[in-house]
Amino acid sequence: MTALIVLENVRKEYDGVVALRDASLTIEEGEFVTIVGPSGSGKSTLLQLVGTLDRPSSGTVTIDGYNIATLTDRELSALRAQRIGFVFQQFHLAPGVSALENVSEGMLYQGIDPARRRKLAATALERVGLGHRLDHRPHELSGGERQRVAVARATAGSPTILLADEPTGNLDSRSGDDVMSLLDDLHKEGTTVIVITHDPDVAASAPRQINIKDGEVAA
Amino acid sequence: MSRQLRPAHIRLRDLVKVSGSALRSRPTRVVLAALGIAIGIAAMIGVVGISNSGRADFDRKLAKLGTNLLTVKSGSNIFGKAASMPDEAPQMISRIAPVTDVSAIGMVPDVAVYRNDRIPLERSGGIGTYAVDLDLMKTVSATLAKGQWLTKATENFPTVVLGTTTAESLGIDRVGADVQVRVGNAWFTVIGILNMAPLAPSLDSGVMIGWPVAKSLLKFDGHPTSIFTRIQEESVTAVKDVLAATANPMAANEVEVSRPSDALRAKEAADDSFTGLLLGVGAVALVVGGVGVANTMVISVLERRGEIGLRRSLGATRGHIRLQFLMESFLLAMIGGIGGVIIGIAATTGYAAARAWPVSVPMWATAGGLLATLFVGVIAGLYPAGRASRLSPTEALATP
Ligand SMILES: Nc1ncnc2c1ncn2[C@@H]1O[C@H](COP(=O)(O)OP(=O)(O)OP(=O)(O)O)[C@@H](O)[C@H]1O
Ligand SMILES: [Mg+2]
Repeated sequence: MTALIVLENVRKEYDGVVALRDASLTIEEGEFVTIVGPSGSGKSTLLQLVGTLDRPSSGTVTIDGYNIATLTDRELSALRAQRIGFVFQQFHLAPGVSALENVSEGMLYQGIDPARRRKLAATALERVGLGHRLDHRPHELSGGERQRVAVARATAGSPTILLADEPTGNLDSRSGDDVMSLLDDLHKEGTTVIVITHDPDVAASAPRQINIKDGEVAA
Repeated sequence: MSRQLRPAHIRLRDLVKVSGSALRSRPTRVVLAALGIAIGIAAMIGVVGISNSGRADFDRKLAKLGTNLLTVKSGSNIFGKAASMPDEAPQMISRIAPVTDVSAIGMVPDVAVYRNDRIPLERSGGIGTYAVDLDLMKTVSATLAKGQWLTKATENFPTVVLGTTTAESLGIDRVGADVQVRVGNAWFTVIGILNMAPLAPSLDSGVMIGWPVAKSLLKFDGHPTSIFTRIQEESVTAVKDVLAATANPMAANEVEVSRPSDALRAKEAADDSFTGLLLGVGAVALVVGGVGVANTMVISVLERRGEIGLRRSLGATRGHIRLQFLMESFLLAMIGGIGGVIIGIAATTGYAAARAWPVSVPMWATAGGLLATLFVGVIAGLYPAGRASRLSPTEALATP
């Protein structure tokens, strides 16, 4: 059995700027990994490559056995839809739409029928402790609650991999702790979780930590 | 690779819902963008609807007037002099089997009509004096605005019925023993005023008197100058061919036969060029509306890069994104199109009601309007949707 995520000599350049150089790493199914490093070191770049939102300039990225270089844009999209969930620092919730709708629409591209989507969405929101906020719209929620909605959206469709780019970056420490413990729960349920964080305590609490500096993976 | 990665098929219902909720969150912009389309469609539907209602009204009126009237008119002979028909022409014509009615009129030459003797002669020009048969009014489907038509009794006396234009130009709006006009050298009492007579327009600007009085008071020679004939509908064309020769067997070429309803139709059809012009203006408005929709969509795509990035991260393919924005553009245009159809029908109804016309908006106009809207919506959406779909997920996510 191959590892869930394998990066081999991955390099990413943006018009001459090297964001990631010669990165190689392996993440097994069910791991909980934090990524730490100074600003501009290439953390987000790494996460986007793992999440198949972008392709490497050179090197190979293999996700769940698929070499993403061999996949078309359609296939990559399907891979993301079925196996990968994202949580962003800016939540990216649709304004004016209820929490339930936001989470439910997150499964649109998985081809799940609307009734089941709503059911799964309600379950996911209950799991993040927002069972009583289903009909609230984003502007009626606190920052922490919004991020929990985003976590619910990312996980409602039961992805294999959950990628979070500074999910607590816009939250106070208490809300941040809530979100982190949610991610921890998901990990315990079997999801492979990769989190970028600036918080040393959060980083230290994880079983595995990947350090990035100047585009290089330290280990 | 044995396992298949296949993007999900998005249900139409979901697509409409997603695009619809995006529109709902920006109502002002939607209304303004849709308004452009609505104006174009409303203009087109309105133009077609009003012209169609006008035609329906025309057809209704024409049906009432009847299309089976043929007019035989003495023209001019080969020397360019006014010709006249034989006195027995009406009788000859009435012997043609399918002819049901025959009424003759004779223009009394060199007779001026004026309100009183102080009005200079030249101001009363253009009014023709006609000796008429008693059944003329029925034959040409004329109706009385005021007073009475000539009778067996009054046709012998100096009594006159005015055409509508004549009454207007003489400033006469009532009838009675005290209302008199000067016809030639005699005073005539106005006993009736006709409504517009579309099948015999010469009567509108004329005055009508009895044959006997015309002969006795105005030295009329008694030659008919126009003969109005009603013919059984199915034989009109056949009768038309023989009418000239029947009316004047000696000089059939000096007689003009015409079908007044054809002339009315031709005049009505001539108005179509104006309708075409207005329709063109509507089409231009629609195109401008389409540009407005495209513009709105481009702005929308720019503003919603974050949403596009998120959707891509959730597994939307480029095709899904393109479809979403196309659907949005389509819905936006459709809101305008449906609004435009409603406004257009309302405008037509209002206009038609004000003129007592029947309301008639043809199905093809409505269907065509909506089809044009569909077309405009999709065309307007192509560029913005393409731009949205080509956005790379990471770039899209980078903009908050
Ligand atoms: N789209 C892009 N175009 C050009 N340069 C880019 C682009 N994305 C990232 N970079 C550059 O690549 C480097 C790594 O960026 P990245 O976003 O991965 O950093 P990061 O570790 O996530 O930083 P932060 O902690 O501030 O989020 C930076 O120098 C950045 O300027
Ligand atoms: Mg970053």
